[in-house]
Amino acid sequence: MTTSDFGPDLVEVFGPSQSDGGPELVQLLTPEGERVHRAEFDQDFSADQLRGFYRDMVLTRRIDTESTALQRHGELGIWAQLLGQEAAQVGSGRALRPQDYAFPTYREHGVAWCRGLDPLRLLGLFRGIDQGDWDPREHNFGNYTIVIGAQTLHATGYAMGVQRDGAVGTGDPERDAAVIAYFGDGASSQGDVNEAFIFAASYNAPVVFFCQNNQWAISEPIERQTRIPLYQRALGFGFPGVRVDGNDVLATYAVTQAALQRAREGSGPTLVEAYTYRMGAHTTTDDPTRYRLSDDVETWKLKDPIARVEVYLKRNGLADEDFFEAIRAEADELGVRLREGCRTLPDPNPLSIFDHVYAENTPELERQRDGYAAYLDTFDTEAAR
Amino acid sequence: MTTVTLAKALNAGLRKAMEDDPKVLIMGEDVGKLGGVFRITDGLQKDFGEDRVIDSPLAESGILGTAVGLAIRGYRPVCEIQFDGFVYPAYDQIVSQVAKFCFRTRGKVPMPIVVRIPFGGGIGAVEHHSESPEAQFAHTPGLKVVACSNPVDGYWMIQQAIAADDPVIFLEPKRQYHADKAELDEQATPQPLFTSRVVRPGADATLLAYGPMVKTALKAAGAAEGEGRSVEVIDLRTLSPLDLGPVYDSVRRTGRVVITHEAHVNLGLGAEVAARITEECFYSLEAPVLRVGGFDTPYPPSRIEEDYLPDLDRVLDAVDRTFEF
Repeated sequence: MTTSDFGPDLVEVFGPSQSDGGPELVQLLTPEGERVHRAEFDQDFSADQLRGFYRDMVLTRRIDTESTALQRHGELGIWAQLLGQEAAQVGSGRALRPQDYAFPTYREHGVAWCRGLDPLRLLGLFRGIDQGDWDPREHNFGNYTIVIGAQTLHATGYAMGVQRDGAVGTGDPERDAAVIAYFGDGASSQGDVNEAFIFAASYNAPVVFFCQNNQWAISEPIERQTRIPLYQRALGFGFPGVRVDGNDVLATYAVTQAALQRAREGSGPTLVEAYTYRMGAHTTTDDPTRYRLSDDVETWKLKDPIARVEVYLKRNGLADEDFFEAIRAEADELGVRLREGCRTLPDPNPLSIFDHVYAENTPELERQRDGYAAYLDTFDTEAAR
Repeated sequence: MTTVTLAKALNAGLRKAMEDDPKVLIMGEDVGKLGGVFRITDGLQKDFGEDRVIDSPLAESGILGTAVGLAIRGYRPVCEIQFDGFVYPAYDQIVSQVAKFCFRTRGKVPMPIVVRIPFGGGIGAVEHHSESPEAQFAHTPGLKVVACSNPVDGYWMIQQAIAADDPVIFLEPKRQYHADKAELDEQATPQPLFTSRVVRPGADATLLAYGPMVKTALKAAGAAEGEGRSVEVIDLRTLSPLDLGPVYDSVRRTGRVVITHEAHVNLGLGAEVAARITEECFYSLEAPVLRVGGFDTPYPPSRIEEDYLPDLDRVLDAVDRTFEF
């Protein structure tokens, strides 16, 4: 980048672009399992907390691999894999308080787990029996959103509602609430995401924009979406941005917690860029061998989010073999429950097509439903003959 | 009893809705201090505050997208789109999110959002300020679409739309905003929102219209009377769902029907109405259902917009043609 006549150049303002994560990357646990320190985000983690993160990540990975297998067996039509993003999702998901609210994409299975949603509920959408119809109020976990980036505006609007309900900046830890909007590196190019940044900044809305930069938007690398590290975009919108090692559950937890607290206190939005890698395909229909090198994948394997916590727990005597064995058993149980549960999920009644199009149904739809019901009945009559 | 324009009636209706329900919010560009470019929200921010009458950044998708979030939180946003031609940046949020949330969540998350759109031409405006996009929304399951044509309906229909638990595209005929006054009885019992209405009884032909074309249709019926023809005029009012019961009753008596709208004829509301009349009233029809609308061209420059817009003569000509079969 050369200096132009129009003002300072990118390097002058933002420093060199760091494709490897760069010196700005907030990390508390290295890929080798070494605890490092970063003053502004550091905190003490209890052994219980660390074991909890480990358990969440192992079970999240199990949900993912089991669901991928269910797709291969024809039980799911498609599955959006999160392999490699367990720390980003568990770290951020565990930073949420009950009154906070999460707006997911269609890949936030780990966040769903942290919020307490039964993973079996996730499978309906991918099996084609529903469209992800859980009640978002039960766990303050929104419905999966497939249109890229649309939910960042919903999160911002919800946060504007939180403001209007007087649930920001009261100092009451039970009352003050924050909203977190999940999205990816590809979504950062969407108009809706940029509009969400603008609305959130303008109204100082209590929302955390949590971008999992997994380096790939299906086949397009991050370089197709941005010329500067994504977290640096926040500055242009008027709020802080931070890049965290998205494969480090401790750092992700600490950074998200700080960003959520800013929001709850009334200090406005933050962009958190969780720097991670999509180890699997975009979905089970995708074939990454067509567009990326296995070398990259191998490099990122060394940064596995679960392995580093396991090393840390073992090296510091924070968990014994019984613990790991118990987690393995729990994961196996979860796997069985998902496999059996998925196969027995009932298909919806065909006439349910006509339900809930509106809160108050229309005469025309009732006419169409009655007509189709009568049509279906003609087949029953023939079968009975 | 007061005498009001459509603009004043809508303003009064919005005010009443905000008084009745503290969850009602107004959002849009310039809706605050300015009171909207047509002054429909005049004075509301002063009385209800900036938290309830929200000047938004200049981004229509942002307005609708944040409205979705506010609705999830339990609010009832009333979004103003400044002009019909500016609704398209919000089209994705309206069609993919607002329209589908209730269905997607099996009724757990309804979307009680009203999208107010000043629509139609005849005001001498530049491009994008005179369009009639109703068919795009009426074609979308999950949305309800209504069009008011006069001050009294404007007052009641906006309140009913806000009270409805479904998303309503609320079309306001902008050339009527400041045109005619009507007597408004705020104590009256309004007609239900999703119903059509016979606005002029007649015996020889049926003329269907909505929004800005109702006035033209009434004038056409008056002119036809001078020629010895009794034309019944029905204001459709609701475009999705359609309320065609009164239309079928009328057509079974008259056997002749013309539908008119400013929107392009191709795949417009008239096409759907014609198809349904044919299905329901086939043996009563003395002539094909005729449509009079805007041509299938982009909206033209304003100096020739009167050639594009259906007027009294084109409507009367169509009525005449129904007698030639």
